[in-house]
Amino acid sequence: MSDPVVSISHVTKTFAQGNVTALQDIELELMPGEFVSLIGPSGCGKSTLLRVIGDLIEPTSGAVTVNRKTARQARIDRDYGIVFQDSVLFDWRTVAKNIALPLEMLGWDREKRRQRVAEMMELVDLEGFGDHHPWQLSGGMQQRASIARALAFEPALLLMDEPFGALDEMTRERLNLELLSIWERLGSTVVFVTHSISEAVFLSTRVVVMSPRPGRIAGIVDIDLPSPRGVETREDPRFFELVTQVRELLRKRGEHLLPEEEGL
Amino acid sequence: MPAPLSRALRRALAVAAVLVALAGLWELYIWIWTTAGWTWPFAVDSTSMPHVWTIAKAFGQPAQVNQPALITILFHKALFTMRESVVGFALGAVIGFVLGVVLAHSRLLQRGFLPYLVASQTVPILAIAPMVVVWVNPKLPGPLQGWGAVAVIAAYLTFFPVLINTLRGLQSADARALELMRTYAAGRWSVLWKLRVPASLPYVFAALKLAATASVVGAIIGELPSGLQSGLGGAIINFNQYYSIEPQELWATNIVAALVGILFFVVVLGAEKIVVRRAPENVA
Repeated sequence: MSDPVVSISHVTKTFAQGNVTALQDIELELMPGEFVSLIGPSGCGKSTLLRVIGDLIEPTSGAVTVNRKTARQARIDRDYGIVFQDSVLFDWRTVAKNIALPLEMLGWDREKRRQRVAEMMELVDLEGFGDHHPWQLSGGMQQRASIARALAFEPALLLMDEPFGALDEMTRERLNLELLSIWERLGSTVVFVTHSISEAVFLSTRVVVMSPRPGRIAGIVDIDLPSPRGVETREDPRFFELVTQVRELLRKRGEHLLPEEEGL
Repeated sequence: MPAPLSRALRRALAVAAVLVALAGLWELYIWIWTTAGWTWPFAVDSTSMPHVWTIAKAFGQPAQVNQPALITILFHKALFTMRESVVGFALGAVIGFVLGVVLAHSRLLQRGFLPYLVASQTVPILAIAPMVVVWVNPKLPGPLQGWGAVAVIAAYLTFFPVLINTLRGLQSADARALELMRTYAAGRWSVLWKLRVPASLPYVFAALKLAATASVVGAIIGELPSGLQSGLGGAIINFNQYYSIEPQELWATNIVAALVGILFFVVVLGAEKIVVRRAPENVA
């Protein structure tokens, strides 16, 4: 048994303002190559937990290790890539230069950067758009560029905070498929925050269901759908069983706080 | 005709049309007021409002005997004033930007210095100019004598808008983008150059457009206490004295001064188009 990529033990986070307990005594371990979704209604702390893993927020108590280092050291060593709900591409940079940004930060030389950016553009199917500026791309293409930027330096861990939340359903399903094929090729570990049940079940190897006030883990569902997954997976009876299982966990723990129902 | 050219042509035509319309309104006003004999708010005659063609003709004639045409004189004076304003503008822009960057990084310095910097702008430039001339001129090397002090006065007027907008612009960086830079373990310096400064550019250029015209005003006013005769400020003082006899020369000078201001503005606008790459909806 190999070491966990992310290990979260007894993590609690309270925000002084409003005296909110965003996370309470969270325990979770992520093994290499896992695709773990965090799902729950707004206010359940799923984004907070992601930020604690990325050392963008410090926990009030408890410890997080990433690659057997403190979260802080892992961030400084650039052990993870991150994708937000907005693409957060810099307007003043072309798509290629946006993808190259983390490589510049790592001090790669121009030629090496150019090569990697070309590979990344191919990976996310953006060939020919390198010289475009972000605002010239559709929302889906912007998010693909953002994923390419997060993966450009081959981090072992990928943190995704509702990356497809702002996209329309069709684009979202297509990007789900693309993300899966990228993940299968690269074998990285993914933490994926979402409020879509079907998306979580379709993508993940495990779904962590969270409930709010205080934010805690309501249950974990192992997703045993066969791999590789494709469009037909969404029609598999087992898919519906798992979706129901996740939904029931959400319902049991937060009667009055259901996430938006999915059009299945 | 290629699209950009025809667009430029249309714009030039629009500017020309407005110019013709303004001249027309001016002449219409003169005609109505003189025919009706109205004296409110002032009596219209060839001194208070000279005809457009009188002003136009003045450009072609010498202002004094044995001198070249007024337009030649004003052209050289405009060049002199432009040199002061360009140097003043550049100096003011650099000082404003650097001060903005420094103050953006220290709340303490910002709290301490900002009130005085604001106060500096409430003092009329005319009250400061003589002191600047007295302080700066003796230290300047030969070729900078005289006009160098005026450039400093122009800089005094231009640095402030640049400082304020740089401060605001550096703080305009998106919170998510700052988080992203944090995930790269970016130091202050990289955050500044790769994120904050590019994000500030639309704000900085808004200020540079203000500063472009302010630097011309600063240079013209700065020439007055310096006793410089070679620039537009000197010309304005001079033609002021003859206004009751030959008003058209002051009007002609004012038109040239305005043209210099417009030219500066357009140059900054052009630079902005090249430097600032933003989504069309985010362009100020």
